[in-house]
Formats: sequence, structure tokens, C-alpha cells
Amino acid sequence: MRGLPPVLITAIVLVTGFAACAMQFPNIASTRVVGNLLTDNAFLGIVATGMTFVIISGGIDLSVGSVIGFTTVFVALAIERWGVPPPVAFVAILVLSAAFGAAMGAVIHIFDLPPFIVTLAGMFLARGASFLLSTESVPITAPVYSTVSDFALRMPGGGRLTAIAIIMLVIVIGGALLLHLTRFGANVYALGGSRATASLMGVAVGKMTVKIYMLSSLLAGIAGIVFSFYTSAGYSLSAVGVELDTIAAVVIGGTLLTGGQGSVIGTFLGVLIQGMIQTYINFDGTLSSWWTKIATGVLLFAFIALQQALVALARRPAAKRAGAAP
Amino acid sequence: MQNSLDPAMPLLEVRGISKSFGAVHALQEVDFTLRAGEIHALLGENGAGKSTLIKVVTGVFPRDAGIVRIGGEDIAPRSAKAALAAGIATVYQEVNLLPNLSVAQNLFLDRQPMRFGIVREGEMRRRAKALLADFGLDIDVAAPLGSYSVAIQHVTAIARAVDLSARVLILDEPTASLDRHEVEILFRIMRQLAKRGIGIVFVSHFLDQVYEISDRITVLRNGRLVGERETASLPRLELIRLMLGRELAETTSARASAGEHKAREVCASFENFGKAGYVAPFNLELRHGEVVGLAGLLGSGRTETARLVFGAERADRGQARVEGTPVRLQSPRDGVRHGFGYCPEERKTEGIVAELTVRENIVLALQAKRGLHRPLSRREQDEIARRYVKMLDIRPADPERPVGLLSGGNQQKVLLARWLATSPRLLVLDEPTRGIDVGAHAEIIRLIRELCDDGLSLLVISSELDEIVTYSDRVVVLRDRAHIEELAGEAIDVGNILAAIAADSVAVALEAHT
Ligand SMILES: Nc1ncnc2c1ncn2[C@@H]1O[C@H](COP(=O)(O)OP(=O)(O)OP(=O)(O)O)[C@@H](O)[C@H]1O
Ligand SMILES: [Mg+2]
Repeated sequence: MRGLPPVLITAIVLVTGFAACAMQFPNIASTRVVGNLLTDNAFLGIVATGMTFVIISGGIDLSVGSVIGFTTVFVALAIERWGVPPPVAFVAILVLSAAFGAAMGAVIHIFDLPPFIVTLAGMFLARGASFLLSTESVPITAPVYSTVSDFALRMPGGGRLTAIAIIMLVIVIGGALLLHLTRFGANVYALGGSRATASLMGVAVGKMTVKIYMLSSLLAGIAGIVFSFYTSAGYSLSAVGVELDTIAAVVIGGTLLTGGQGSVIGTFLGVLIQGMIQTYINFDGTLSSWWTKIATGVLLFAFIALQQALVALARRPAAKRAGAAP
Repeated sequence: MQNSLDPAMPLLEVRGISKSFGAVHALQEVDFTLRAGEIHALLGENGAGKSTLIKVVTGVFPRDAGIVRIGGEDIAPRSAKAALAAGIATVYQEVNLLPNLSVAQNLFLDRQPMRFGIVREGEMRRRAKALLADFGLDIDVAAPLGSYSVAIQHVTAIARAVDLSARVLILDEPTASLDRHEVEILFRIMRQLAKRGIGIVFVSHFLDQVYEISDRITVLRNGRLVGERETASLPRLELIRLMLGRELAETTSARASAGEHKAREVCASFENFGKAGYVAPFNLELRHGEVVGLAGLLGSGRTETARLVFGAERADRGQARVEGTPVRLQSPRDGVRHGFGYCPEERKTEGIVAELTVRENIVLALQAKRGLHRPLSRREQDEIARRYVKMLDIRPADPERPVGLLSGGNQQKVLLARWLATSPRLLVLDEPTRGIDVGAHAEIIRLIRELCDDGLSLLVISSELDEIVTYSDRVVVLRDRAHIEELAGEAIDVGNILAAIAADSVAVALEAHT
């Protein structure tokens, strides 16, 4: 299947990395640690799923971190200050973020602007808007929040699969199905191959662009809600720089930064690798948490180099396939 | 399907279409009529406006003026998708499909068989296989399209358009990268479709094919309609005169210098040169002032030989010599350093830089050869660009135009100019006349000869055997990735080449030898 070799490499990195960690700290290999890892990275897994669609289609979305930040502030204020029932607040913010993404997609398509520029503007816009709403951290005390935080499925070995981890897993699986099994998914790859060709082949490129950025922002909105569950607060400075962690996870997961190839499963593995490094550093206790960034950076380099090598290999005229049966 | 088949009623009617790109009037008040069940050739020189007409009709470019009617109804599609919905399926000239998707996905993009919102991958592959089988192709449809040759990609594009079962099928230079056998299959399918009442528009620079397949011909020149005729009542010379607006100077006569070549010095030689799984080891001597043609079917190893000779592919055995001295030949850089030039067949992906101007594209290889610390002055660049634009009659004659905006044939000429500008000792041309009109075609063949007379050594690949026979001093015939025969002098004729290609027993015997 498409994109399998890079994904396999990501999987191998994850498994060997995990084995190495477990050798040093046997406690890591427990459902408790794994459960926490999933919970801590739930929001990242959700945005990264959306980012995978964007990057495969040949774009990039720099606004996701700000959308998460805005979402937490909006939800906190709506529930705590404006007295809106939580479900209504959730629906409102999801509609709002989806519309925001759709607008960015429309601008990218209609004015033929680089996604980098448009989503960079979106990033400032969303972050600025959250500061307008509130500059201080707003704690959320609504009962739903404690109910959801307390909810967890017990795993054998004492681990807890929390509600937000479950939401993330459902979204990852749903995203993988959407990308690999539907017409929408095939069109995402088509756009990443070449927008012009896809358009000549009858793909509605404009609509697709709008939908892809809408999906990314919608998932960023969901990630924002999940983040507010995780921290029980809304803060305009939350999730600063998350767009970069997200892109890193996608690339480490074997998705080509130039588009056209990749998978949601790979992205999920990329998120787990980042979580694993973080966990290792927590266990060690002496290392600064900045080592996570350094390790991520090294991995990123390694994966980009690897992809370039694979692309170069694929470009060579395939001698074996050239023959046509007469 | 509403095929009442009223022969008087045109299926597709185009009236007074105009289209300008800035100051360039690509189309001026062009009319075009396509009847149901006919195969209609749309002809003209490079840059005449054929592709533009197709793109305007299918809504890829907005039109400045004019109307388009299909089955008597006005349509104004604003995208290829809308044109398709109106019943027009098109294979555009520059179509590459999507190399990153599987062959099956390419064939069924945006119209995959579905169940409960899910693509039925198995069913899609089965249908893809069946569809390609009609075109004589038996390949793994789950593999990415990009892993196949240009020809297979092109067949895939055609198969997709045919399968869209529209009322109008437009094929812009569909046969440019196909060999005889595939062209025959395509023509058979086109005739079947025409019988079913589908109207087919066919663009080509191969006049033999035009006479073989088309019922009527429309000719454009400089963006204007110059005539619409029944093919049967239009003599070839008259057609050429319509296309060029002048008579074509006769060029075809056997090379004068046959036999003389023995005395010439060897420019480059390759001894037991080859690469496992790519091309079987071969011996090849290229002499100054000599044209060596490479003939063979698609996938027979012609392009592969060219890439080895240039250094674009690394040989794993054998020795290359330049002017008798053994040399290392491991990268295109090595090739360029030894004075080799290579015009690849895939100009879109391997040659042309669409965003750069004609001038920048032409001086690219020369600049690379000189090294970055010895830049060409702007005056030198202008001078070189002007010379080649004139020599090859590149149109529009504006060196500052981005190459991407030129017509397909003119892009091909720019690529040729790039390598000529490096004054190489050995030039490898892969399908140099593909997509080039009759006028320029004769021009390029004349140029090939002139270059030879100046001592250049040429290795030319072409699927057109007539053409190879016209300019080659020797012809190497390939089959199944091995050099199976070399013809020289009197022995060079189309019949002998075909016999060599077809001679199974001979090939097998030779293969057993190597
Ligand atoms: N996108 C564009 N922008 C500007 N000029 C263009 C564009 N596309 C085509 N042209 C110009 O329009 C004219 C007609 O080009 P067109 O591609 O229709 O020629 P053609 O008849 O298809 O030639 P060929 O046989 O070489 O393919 C040319 O002068 C070309 O330079
Ligand atoms: Mg054209």
C-alpha cells in the first residue's frame, strides 16, 4: 500500500525506542504509563490527524495551535462567565472553528495564495482574538469537567484509558478510514500529486481545499475542547507552538512534506514517539524537558533525509516495470 | 444516451471563439464543428492554437468571445469537471495523471465504485485491469502510476477518457509517446467509439496517422481558422500548405555521405557497457560527424541506453572512452564534462523549467558547464537566446517569455536549443521530433545533418522509422533491453529494421550468446 515503507520505519523506531526505554526503566512497559501517554498526547493526536490531510494535499496549516488556544478561552468564558451550557458551548466553538478553516481554504483557493501565508495570518488572527477575549487563565469548574476527567476504562495492569484518550483513538481511526477508504481521501492524495492535474482530471479542487482546511480547523477545535478537559482551564497562551509539534509528528510518521504520500496511522505513531521521548525524560528526572525538542529535531532530520532518499529512488525510471505485454 | 443520430445536426458546435493571453491572440474567431460518429483531426503548426481551443471549449481557460454548443444546447463550462458533466471527455496534451496514485486510482479518480461511502478497492482494480486489457496492457494496477513508463502513463490517460463514455472525446496529441502497436490499438478503439456515435477530436503532427484515421480535418494557423475539409478530398501537399501558409521545402533524400564514415575518427566508444537488470552489455562506437539511430519498440531499452551513455544512469560494467581515452562516467555531471548532451523524452519532468524564461532555459546547460564562477553576461545570454530562437523558429520569438506559456512543440525546441548551445561533441536526442509540426520537423532533421557535417556525433532515438532511416549512418536495433543488431549503409531501411525487431529467433539466439 501507499506510504507503507516509511510507516514501517516509524513503527520500528517506536518499538525499538520503547524496548530501549523499558530496558532502562522496566516500569515504562506498563499499561499505566501507556495510558498516561495517550491521555497526555490526546490533543496532539487529534490535531495531527487533521494536519495529515492538509500536508498530504500539499498544504500546511500553521493556525492549529492558535485555534486550540482560542477554543480553550472561548469554552472557559462561555461556561464560566456567560452561563452557556457546556454542550452548546462545544457546538458553537466547533461551528466557529470549522467556518474559520473553511474561510482559510477559500482564500487559499480563490486568491491562489500559498497556504503557508494564509494560515500564518490565521495563526495571528486566532491568537490575537483569544487575547481579546481574556488575557488571564480562566479555570473551569463545571460538573461535566470533573465527570469526564474521572471517567476511564480500566486496562489490565492498572492503566486507565481516559475519555479524552478514547476520543483521540476514535478520531485517529475515523481519520484513517476517511483517508484510505473514501473518495474524499483519494482526492486528498490527488491534490498532493498535482493540483493542476487533479483539476484537469475533474476533481473539484476548490471544494476539496475548503473541506480539507475545514477538517483541520474542526479537529483543532475538538483538540482545544480536549485540551480544556485536560487542563480544566482556558488560557490564551495555551498550545503555543503546537502547530510545529504537530507537523513534526506528521513528518516523523512518514508523510511527505511536499504532499502526495502519507498516512494517519503513521502520524499516530509519530505522536507516540514524541510522547515516548517525553515519558523517558520524565522517568530519568535529571534531563531538562528541552531534550524532548532536541530528540524530536534529530528524528525529524533523520526522517526528512530518509524521505529524500526514498523519493530519489522512486524517481529513477523503473526498469522492471517498463515492459508492456504485447 | 440521446443519439437520434441526425447527421445534419452537429454534436459539438463552436462559433467565433476568441482568446488572448495579454498581447498574444491565441485564437481569433475560430469556428469548429464536430458531427456525431466522426473522427475529426485538428491540425496546425506548433503554437497555432490547437491546445488553447481545446482548453477554451472545456472551460479550463475562460473565453473572451464565442459560443459552444453541444447537441444544440449552449454550454459554458468553467472547469474540466463541468465540461465532463456536459459530455466532453478530454486527454490534455500535457496530461501526466498523478504519479503518486495507483494506476487504478488514476483510472477511477472521482468516480470510484462505491458501497456505503467506501471505495470498493477490489472491484476498482478488477475494472481497471479489464479496461487496460482492452489496450493490450497487463500490468499491476495497484502500483503507483509513476513507476511506469511515459507510454504506459499515456495509455492510462487515454483509457480513462475513453471509459468516461462521454459524447465527445478530445485527444490532444495522444500518439506522441506511443509506438506503432499501441497506436493501432488506440485507432481500433477510436473507430469502435465513433461507430457508437461518439464524436472524436484528434490532434496530431503525424500526418500518416491523420490520413489513416480521420474523416475530416480542421486547420488552424496563427490562431485563425484556415479551413475545414473532408480528409479524402484533401491532398497531403495541400494540407501542408494550409498548415504552414507556404510550400514545404523537400528534405528527404538519403544521406550523401554514406560509406564515408569509416574514415571518421571515433568520438566516444563503449565497450561491454551495461547494467544488470537495465540494459544488457553492449558495444557502441560513435564517430564524429555521424548519426547513429536507436530503433526498437517501447521498453526495448532505447532510453535506457541513452541514459547509460550520458551517465544519467550508472553502468555497472564495461568501459567508456572519449577520443580514445578511458573515462569515468558515473553521473550526468561527468557526461557534461566530457562534452555530452542529452535531450530527454520526458520534457516536463526532466527538462524544461516552466517558470524560467526561454533565454534562461536555453543558457542553463551552458552556464552549468562553465561553472558558477564564470557567469555568462546578459549580453552573451541575449545573443545566444536570439540565435537559437531564430535558428529553430521558436514562437513567439520572445526570449523573455516563461517557457511554461509556450505551446508543447515550442517547449521541445527550447530544450533542443539548450543542448545545442553547449556545443557538445556528442548529443543524445530522445524522440527529438515528438510533438513538433511538419515544418519544424523538416527543420530539425536538416539541423541534425548540418550539425553532423560540423563534426558533432549524434545518437538519436525515434519511434518513427522513416525518420531514423532518413538521417542515420548506422542504426542499432534493440529488443528486450539488448542490442540485437546494427545496420549500416545500404542495409538501413524500414523493412530491415522491422525484420530485426520482429525476428524472435534471432533475438533469442543472440541473447543466449551474451
Ligand atoms: N497559459 C498561457 N499563457 C500565455 N500564452 C499562452 C498560454 N497557453 C498558450 N499560450 C500561447 O498561445 C499560443 C497557442 O498555443 P497552443 O498551446 O494552443 O498551441 P498548439 O497549437 O497546441 O501547439 P503545439 O502543437 O506546439 O502543441 C502560443 O503562442 C502560446 O505561446
Ligand atoms: Mg498543443
